[in-house]
Amino acid sequence: MLYFSKIKLFIIYFVIFILTIFASLNLVNNKENFFLSKKINLGLDLQGGSYLLLEVDSKPIVNQYLQQKLIELRKNFKKNKIKYQNLSLRNQSINFLLNDNDIKKFEEFFLNKENDINLYYDKYRSYELDYFIENGLIKIKYSKFGLVEIKNSTLKQSLEIVRRRIDEVGTNEPTIIRRGNDRILIELPGLEDPNRIKKLLGRTANLTFRLVSKEDDSFGSELLSFENTDEKLNVNKRVVVGGDNLINAKAAYDNRNNEAVVSFTFDRVGAKKFGRVTSDNIGSKIAIILDKKIISAPVVREAILSGSGQITGDFTFQSATDLALLLRSGALPAPLEIIEERTVGPDLGEDSIKAGAISLVIGFLLVIFYMLYKYRQLGIIADLALIINLILLVGILTILEATLTLPGIAGIILTVGMAVDANVLIFERIKEELKTENSIIHAFDSGYKRAQSAVLDANITTLISAIILFFLGSGPVKGFAVTLGIGILTTLFSAYLFARHLSSFYVMKNKDRKIKL
Amino acid sequence: MSFKIPKDIKFSNYYKKLNIFSLILIILSISIILIKGLNLGVDFMGGTLIEVRVENNTINISEIRQSLLKMKLGDVNVKKFGKENDYLVKIETTNLKNSDFIQSINNKLTSDLGSMINFRRVENVGPKVSSELLKAGLLAISLSLAAMLFYIWIRFEWQFSLAAIAAIVHDVIITVGIFSLLSYEVNLSIVAAVLTIVGYSMNDTVVIFDRIRENLKKYLKITISDISNISTNETLSRTLITSVTTLLALFSIYFFGGSILKGFSFAMIIGVIVGTYSSIFVATPILKYTNVKQKTVQKINEENN
Repeated sequence: MLYFSKIKLFIIYFVIFILTIFASLNLVNNKENFFLSKKINLGLDLQGGSYLLLEVDSKPIVNQYLQQKLIELRKNFKKNKIKYQNLSLRNQSINFLLNDNDIKKFEEFFLNKENDINLYYDKYRSYELDYFIENGLIKIKYSKFGLVEIKNSTLKQSLEIVRRRIDEVGTNEPTIIRRGNDRILIELPGLEDPNRIKKLLGRTANLTFRLVSKEDDSFGSELLSFENTDEKLNVNKRVVVGGDNLINAKAAYDNRNNEAVVSFTFDRVGAKKFGRVTSDNIGSKIAIILDKKIISAPVVREAILSGSGQITGDFTFQSATDLALLLRSGALPAPLEIIEERTVGPDLGEDSIKAGAISLVIGFLLVIFYMLYKYRQLGIIADLALIINLILLVGILTILEATLTLPGIAGIILTVGMAVDANVLIFERIKEELKTENSIIHAFDSGYKRAQSAVLDANITTLISAIILFFLGSGPVKGFAVTLGIGILTTLFSAYLFARHLSSFYVMKNKDRKIKL
Repeated sequence: MSFKIPKDIKFSNYYKKLNIFSLILIILSISIILIKGLNLGVDFMGGTLIEVRVENNTINISEIRQSLLKMKLGDVNVKKFGKENDYLVKIETTNLKNSDFIQSINNKLTSDLGSMINFRRVENVGPKVSSELLKAGLLAISLSLAAMLFYIWIRFEWQFSLAAIAAIVHDVIITVGIFSLLSYEVNLSIVAAVLTIVGYSMNDTVVIFDRIRENLKKYLKITISDISNISTNETLSRTLITSVTTLLALFSIYFFGGSILKGFSFAMIIGVIVGTYSSIFVATPILKYTNVKQKTVQKINEENN
């Protein structure tokens, strides 16, 4: 166990050398170079910032899609002369009555893999919709995979819109990723107050221009209230132009009365539609509606053909800016709900870094001195191994560009305390061997050999805990699992390769003396 | 800290007494947990947690509590946290839908107390997420127990596996019991601590078991009690030294690592102490009770050859 081939020695010290270089990169301040910019990232709990978990509420969009399916079904029934009754949409399902003859016809086309209402997904071997028949009453619902597809596409679009909105705000290096099939995780380092972002994400920002109805006609119009007052207006359900026809929006001051407004520009299609409607409806009101609330309902004084205009409302410049931002980045396909929020202020982060560093240094020194006290010269070997262990750990974390959290620092300190265990196991074994063995070389050799299985067992058990924690833990706790787990690997390396090599030096120097541990 | 370790302690003489002691501790812990329950943090219960720093020294904790109670936020809990003017506020409601919720609490506190208020940390966990986190935490602990059971079952015989798991369960129950007794908050980092305790306790036990197995092969004529004593004595100084270094690191976190890591390091300290005790006085005796003999390990020997 004490003999090292040249190649082995080269590999050991080469690994230490490389990882030392990586570890020292944390002291270099370079952001451009791919290699030099590698660093351990600080978690949100250390640098301050906000963590938000959003959930897409896909219910409204499922309803919306079912509404479309219902219209298509009605058309199809008419075309195929299927007599249906009580066709309606409730509780996320389409319901209708058919007689037995028509049920057959219905099933025939509904289960045809080429039909354009109920899509067939080859990859899932499933239809988009499921149907159930009970006494002639037919219920159509989205199938499991149909829902998965809706959720997936909704999440994809939402992710894009969320990204645009956050980019527009201009925060520092945000992380925006999907979680599962209906969640979005956002990390905003350095952001002290997530309020504005939360507000921006809390709005669907579905903008429509619709005519205000002249008389009460309950069929084609709906009663909507204003954003800022309780006043209500009857608004036509037909959308003149929607937010997706906007190509630009920005906050501005109206030069007549110095009020904050949002000025916007339509694309060609939007401009054409808007021009036509405004020229046909001079004198009537046109409502500008955001998420079912009326922002304002100005009277059309002249045909607006330029394709641009402005929205007035009780805006401050800030709220006009935010509305413009929402309009530019587009509407969310479905409402988002914040289900978890964690924010750490930058001063607490700094305090945590300080406290973490102090406790690391103190813990480290205590362990170092204790080992010296217990093992004297061999203690130096254990301590050198511990130092190398820390350097290796930091080096690997740097290569992985891992995120260091406060629990992660705790993991490093704990590694310091537990890493010496490997050397303790070995030294204690050597001590025992020395009782019966006169040759120090033999004692060390068999000490290392015999301690091996205990060292491995002891470390694998902790590694198992770390791996489970890594997969099931969340947020900062994951950082703990990472440092603890990597710490075990570096411990094995530094005890069984590095410290063993140092021990062989020690043995060679003292081989003729009687030593006592 | 110089302790001379006598090399021939008759550990087996204490097995019975200490096993009864452990049993009482476990029963007590379970009763406390059942009667008093656990002080689950917002991670697992949902709610809002705010770490508040008040800039004005003269304000006391009851003024903060009064001000919060006026806001009608449901159950409110305020306690000191670390430094002089730092408080930890726990609120039952989350109100995640209202993006001004946190801001409005800050404004009201500022005007009620007439002092600058700094929210150093805000954690707002909705009911869906908290129940998921709780499930994931319990799953993680059960999985790690299962994984340990499996690992030691591959490496050793079933008696060793049973004994090691009993020791781990013993450690986890007592640690959680102490948290319940002291009403310390149980949050995500405590789950991390419990998992690490599971690993540590196992680690400690395995080292002794390793030696017992070795000695079972070495001494063919003596009883398991004697083998336990020899093995425990042989590994005792390692057991103690490793516990000391680990505790040194943990005390350093406890005293200098800041308020956030206090609960975590406290749980670990208990776990390491109980874990060290249990590997000697819970795990090893079970080998005796389950009648482990030289024959038990011979099978492995043959398989290996």
